Amino acid sequence: MTISLALEQLLNGIQLGVMLFLMSAGLTLIFGVMGLINLAHGSLYMVGAFACAAVAALTGSFWLGLVASLACAAAAGAIVELLVIRRLYDRDHLDQVLATFALILIFSEGTRWLFGSFPLYLDIPPLLQGAVALPGDATYPVYRLAIIAVGALVALGLYLLIGKTRLGMRIRAGESDREMIGALGVDIRTLYTLVFALGSALAGLAGAIVGPLQSVQVGMGEPVLILAFVVIVIGGIGSIKGALIGALLVGITDTLGRLLLPQLLTLFMDPSQAGMIGGAAASMLIYVVMAVILSVKPRGLFPPAHA
Amino acid sequence: MKKILAAATMALGLGASGLAIAEPLKIGMITTLSGGGAGLGVDTRDGFMLAIKQSGNKDITVVTEDDAQKPELAVQIADKMIQSDNVDLLTGIVWSNLLMAVVPGAVAQDKFYVSTNAAPAALAGAGCNKLYFNAAYQNDNLHEAVGEYANKSYKKMFILAPNYPAGKDSLTGFKRYYKGELAGEVYTKVGQTDYAAEIAQMRASGADGIFVFLPGGMGISFMKQFAQSGVKIPVMGPGFSFSQDVLPAIGDAALGAKASGQWAPDFDTDVSRKFVTDFKAEYNRLPSIYALQAYDAGQLIASAAAKADVKDTEAFRAELLKADIKSPRGKFKFNTNQHPIQDIYLTEVVKKDGVLTNKTVEKIFADHGDAYAKDCKI
Repeated sequence: MTISLALEQLLNGIQLGVMLFLMSAGLTLIFGVMGLINLAHGSLYMVGAFACAAVAALTGSFWLGLVASLACAAAAGAIVELLVIRRLYDRDHLDQVLATFALILIFSEGTRWLFGSFPLYLDIPPLLQGAVALPGDATYPVYRLAIIAVGALVALGLYLLIGKTRLGMRIRAGESDREMIGALGVDIRTLYTLVFALGSALAGLAGAIVGPLQSVQVGMGEPVLILAFVVIVIGGIGSIKGALIGALLVGITDTLGRLLLPQLLTLFMDPSQAGMIGGAAASMLIYVVMAVILSVKPRGLFPPAHA
Repeated sequence: MKKILAAATMALGLGASGLAIAEPLKIGMITTLSGGGAGLGVDTRDGFMLAIKQSGNKDITVVTEDDAQKPELAVQIADKMIQSDNVDLLTGIVWSNLLMAVVPGAVAQDKFYVSTNAAPAALAGAGCNKLYFNAAYQNDNLHEAVGEYANKSYKKMFILAPNYPAGKDSLTGFKRYYKGELAGEVYTKVGQTDYAAEIAQMRASGADGIFVFLPGGMGISFMKQFAQSGVKIPVMGPGFSFSQDVLPAIGDAALGAKASGQWAPDFDTDVSRKFVTDFKAEYNRLPSIYALQAYDAGQLIASAAAKADVKDTEAFRAELLKADIKSPRGKFKFNTNQHPIQDIYLTEVVKKDGVLTNKTVEKIFADHGDAYAKDCKI
């Protein structure tokens, strides 16, 4: 294995991690502040991707699509919060899981009804087409570098928002004591809607930027949702910092595992079998990592202090 | 007056005897209508229903249900269709892992199964069954054809498929005919959406050609990411990787890709042109390879139903075996294991009138059967 392949795979791992961070940041924020398990988070990711693809097809501009995806996902999130989620805060987690699972079905069938069963087309904007040279003879797609940059910006933005603004202060206060912040006269209902819309917008953004790399289709959110849950469990539920570290860990483990495990196994068996077994083992690797981390730190890497 | 009455009676008598031949036939279609693989199932259903509609046989009824690409759900639906809907025949499953879950149970309960796509090796060799027919191919076939084609100009191929029965059949089929060296052999997770790690391996492996079998959304993701990666190695695959259901979503990234298929929409025969025109008129899009296969399955079932009663298993089976249909793909007959013997062609993705489609380049195999038929004892 050459240095350039290793570097390229590391970048791939970081890029996957950054994408997972966008998903899990919203998920963990919503859980941290409202104590809500939102299975429909993957549907908001799908809403973002479809909004981006539809607007890009209509106007020819990916950038307008990106704006639309943020707006649509945030709006969908806010509406869902007002209509459904609001009634779930006082219920136990099982009710929340049931209700948000129903939302997945509604979103999926609604999207199929609007756009049909065939995947939509969404291309990379001309500005970000092509690849740049890496040290060695490898190249790396500009678009994936841009995803890493977007993820870094969002991480920085969230850090500033939560650490340095009044809204952020209220979010932190909401995380540590929901009843008290309400009693102190903060409009907790508006805060909840805002946080939910923010989390949804992040999921929508993730969907939109992944759209040009993948197939924009109904049900695209669920596989990512599972990984996002792995991420927030590893990171400590409710912690944005944990989500960032967990996402990068999962992204890099998954990518390098897919590369290294089959190669390792070729030392013992023929390449065909090594590919098959190594591939299967690699897809289990992140769950193994999760199990190991949880056995050492049962509440994740960065559990919030209060919980 | 007497004459008229007599004529009327005769007409009624004829009508009644006509009905006697066309016994009612109830078909259960289990296919994927939701989730990432829905495009394949929708084409399967539409192609099949077109054939049934064109047969004009009013005694055929079809009940359709969505398996959501989940084996456990497919089994439940099959049980329900057999036990409470009383279907005579099942069809429509796209995925080999679902088919393996359903077919053994269905044939054990004396129901016919005519496959519109999935054709795992396990059911083509020693595990073949009198009641199981495949109207598409055997899973290995299209991959074997690409292996044969790759011998011409490629010395070091990198091959990739998802880790499930059809994926294994795929790479086995490819290697059965490909004589060159392998630069790499990789199995990915079913439903994987990011292929950056695999694409980097392809570049690093020094391969001069790439073979991918990634049906549905997986292929869309792969081709888009491959086009962006700056890797310039030629890509080829079986027809599904570049079929009409995924081409619009891949976009120009697919241009020039070589694939194999029993049929392509540009086939220059009356039957094929009529199929494409009829399908377009009915559904306002080009048919994919799945639509073609399901169309032929529908034709086969309708042709048998016109001559035999499905309750008479032996007679119905004999009619199916005759394969008395006009297939858009041209020659079509059944092998001893009830899988097709057919020609397989090389196709290339081109843009025609602004629409991406497959163009036929050359014939790779003539009258091609499969490697498992010899183990089938029926």
